[in-house]
Amino acid sequence: MDSLMLDGNAVAGLLQEVFAVEMTAAIGTCAGCGASEPVGAVHVYRGAGIVLRCPHCDNLLAKVVKDGTRVWLSFPGLQTLAVAA
Amino acid sequence: MAGTALLGRLTWQIAEVVDVVAETPRVKTIAFDVPGWPGHRAGQHVDIRLTAEDGYQAERSYSIASAPDGERLELTVERLDDGEVSPYLTDELRAGDQIELRGPVGGYFVWEPSQGGPVLLAGGGSGVVPLMAMVRLRAAISGDVEMRLLLSSRGWDDVIYRDELERLNGDSLTVVHALTRSQPPGWTGFARRVDAEMLAEVGPSPAERPHVYVCGPTPFVEVVAEAFVQLGHDPRQVKTERFGPTGG
Repeated sequence: MDSLMLDGNAVAGLLQEVFAVEMTAAIGTCAGCGASEPVGAVHVYRGAGIVLRCPHCDNLLAKVVKDGTRVWLSFPGLQTLAVAA
Repeated sequence: MAGTALLGRLTWQIAEVVDVVAETPRVKTIAFDVPGWPGHRAGQHVDIRLTAEDGYQAERSYSIASAPDGERLELTVERLDDGEVSPYLTDELRAGDQIELRGPVGGYFVWEPSQGGPVLLAGGGSGVVPLMAMVRLRAAISGDVEMRLLLSSRGWDDVIYRDELERLNGDSLTVVHALTRSQPPGWTGFARRVDAEMLAEVGPSPAERPHVYVCGPTPFVEVVAEAFVQLGHDPRQVKTERFGPTGG
């Protein structure tokens, strides 16, 4: 266990900034192990950017990097993201 | 409402400090007037942004402590000595000061009265803050939902909202303290860190399918959430919110 680890709640504001919708209750499915969890429950690590990992298999779900003018997102390990319509 | 998308981009807005109250030697509650505040759900938070004279900006998230109450919003902030933001909030802010914030944000770690109960809240230190919004919301609507709060603090003088919790304790709200480092003379309550045995004693049992909310420093949340699952609680009924040393 890494005491620097946070969870998806910590990036609620950032994600809402990008998606213009509340995202922590959205359900993400891991492309690695197939587990589905609310975004609020995934593991989050902050460094130069923000990394979201599966709480079950530690697979890299997504990366978010802000550079001042843009927000860069990649979703290497997220199979689906189900957002309330 | 639960699960409903809240459309709209977040925008920064100016809030004015109306009151600052010391909760413990390290923790203060700051009350803001936020013009046009849309209201919030218990468990949500706001982002705060400080801008230095040279343009450097620092953002942090703080849980909302108050139940929805018009344009008044209360945050409770623990001072982290090496923090960039919290010492300013706890030491410098005075009534009449203005600050930038945006929100409310979050929709996972929230409790709606319509979910019913029983509800089991487990907080470590200032992790009690979003749980207190749930306790206060329940009180504000005169709800009879069965709710139990297990709060882990270092000592009796470190218990945030201590007097208010003493007042609210009773009927279908049960407040249980665990004091991990020091206990007042004659203390008969828990005097150790939260563990599975303590959670089983505080209840409710997994058979009652309680809605469980755990908030605190990451090590606290890891241990407590794991213990709940060991006891047989459905992992999907256990919602967690972690904060770390980078939060300051």
